[in-house]
Amino acid sequence: MDWIVQTNQLTKVYDGVKAVDGINLRIGEGEIFGFLGPNGAGKTTTILMLLGLTEPTSGEVRVFGYNATRKSLEVKRITGYLPENVGFYEDLTARENLAYIARLNGIVPGKMFAKIEEVLSLVGLPETADREAGKFSRGMLQRLGIAATLIKEPKLVILDEPTLGIDPEGVEQILSLIRKMKEDENITVLLCSHLLHQVQKICDRIGIISQGKIVVEGSVDEVGRKVMEGGKTQVQVQVSRATSDLLESLREIEGVEDVEESGNFLNIRCTKDVRLEISKVIVKNGAFPLIIKTQDYTLEEIYVRYFGER
Amino acid sequence: MSGVKVIFWKEITDYFGSRRFLILFIIICLTGISIAYLASQNLENFTKIPAEFTLLGFFISSAGALPSFTFFISFFGPLIGIILGFDAVSAERSHGTISMILSQPIFRDSLINGKFLAGLVTIAIMLVSIFLIILGLGIWTLGIVPNMGEISRISVYYFASVVYVGFWLGLGILFSILFRRTSSSALTSIMMWIFFTFFIYMIANVIANQMVPVPTVTTPEVMAKNEAIRRAIMRVSPATLFEQIATAALNPSVRVFGFINPTEISGLIPTPLSLTQSLMVVWPEFVGLVVLMLLCFTISYVVFMKQEIRSL
Repeated sequence: MDWIVQTNQLTKVYDGVKAVDGINLRIGEGEIFGFLGPNGAGKTTTILMLLGLTEPTSGEVRVFGYNATRKSLEVKRITGYLPENVGFYEDLTARENLAYIARLNGIVPGKMFAKIEEVLSLVGLPETADREAGKFSRGMLQRLGIAATLIKEPKLVILDEPTLGIDPEGVEQILSLIRKMKEDENITVLLCSHLLHQVQKICDRIGIISQGKIVVEGSVDEVGRKVMEGGKTQVQVQVSRATSDLLESLREIEGVEDVEESGNFLNIRCTKDVRLEISKVIVKNGAFPLIIKTQDYTLEEIYVRYFGER
Repeated sequence: MSGVKVIFWKEITDYFGSRRFLILFIIICLTGISIAYLASQNLENFTKIPAEFTLLGFFISSAGALPSFTFFISFFGPLIGIILGFDAVSAERSHGTISMILSQPIFRDSLINGKFLAGLVTIAIMLVSIFLIILGLGIWTLGIVPNMGEISRISVYYFASVVYVGFWLGLGILFSILFRRTSSSALTSIMMWIFFTFFIYMIANVIANQMVPVPTVTTPEVMAKNEAIRRAIMRVSPATLFEQIATAALNPSVRVFGFINPTEISGLIPTPLSLTQSLMVVWPEFVGLVVLMLLCFTISYVVFMKQEIRSL
């Protein structure tokens, strides 16, 4: 895969405190990368360095091959950024706000108006486009913010907490918008959030940052396995009848480490995927498997597990 | 620089479209014009001015207890600058627009350059309208067409006014960068205004009298020394500098400021000075005023460029 964002031992020190501590971040073209971590972990600082808005104390950032610190303008030309708590000029309409941003991007007036209409309809705001931005709800502001990032036809979009403080319906709209950006326009998305359950559905890969360091990185499943069990799998089973003989023989299967029982539900921890053997053993013991599935890790669990231990 | 241009036009449009600016503009216009008009009603004022500079009387003469137009500008001009500048950056911060603007492909200094330039042009337009209205008033009431001498002197005065109000704009912008909250920025600017226009007189007097006490019976040397210290302190204030420039530019007979020994001017022929000579009288003040304005802007620029965007 081509890495379009690459950081090398990126470090930022604020008043003697390492806000970002030697981060090596890699983001591939066309993927949605979830950059997750609690508040104050260093997500926003990392983003600001990606855009060249803050100078790293040490280390290097490359975005599309440009050194983001020195060639900030080139990076900003192809990168859309939605800041946390984005704001617009309250006395200007949505359309006027977008026109201002378009002009700052050097888009010629001839192309500008068509482009504004395009992004407005993409984010679903065409009928409110002539209302003043000061009267917009939080969700509408976020969607307008996404429209503002799209107006420059970016290759990379960085979204900082796009779902913060928005009702569930609005979150759904924003997430589907992000997915649409990736699928229709092949835009790479760097999605920052601490609301894990909201973003895990759409992320191709995630990186979890804590106290300035990336502690784990990979697809949601990979990360889940790594964090939860150190490479182990969990299988959930529901059987028609759970007998002690059945539990005993399940424990004898090669690769099974532990079986927990609660009623007819069994929680089996194993070193590899042994669902086939499990179902055979259940039938041999005169019971029927009703459900056999590997555990889907939710980021929430990963998160709680990971940060709870520390 | 296209970024500066875009921001400049946005800011200019904002200024001229804002209610705050319109109210300020109307008040300043009405007051300035009333002062000039009332002064012209009292034609005695004009007899002190050389005949070829009659129109200048509208700017420097006052009617009764009312202040003159130049005094009005030196006193209330700062308010124009402060009102235009005090929330330039802090409002962008509190509305969350600044990080979005700076993430567009523009240099960071474009924002502050655009804002300062827009403010300065707004001031220039505002003052030129007032000046032209007053000149028109002069032509209408007295029936005199302005001559080159008057126009050039008024232009010098106009330029100095723009720089003077520009200084206060720069100061307002500086505080709007230094303080996170718009209200702190506004209050500090107003404090500076009050300090430089009211308190500096008292402070200068106190310090001068402490350093060189002037007893009731004294020599001219002591008085001259006291006066020199007082004036040196007063010169810190842009208001003082501006008042002196205004006096020299609009009053062709002013040759020197401060303490004068009668022997120095004995035998002097009271002819008006030429404009270049008048300018030479206040050249240091003129340069000082321009430097103060540029200093304000430069400090704002440096602070803004060095500020971490996190704290923006």
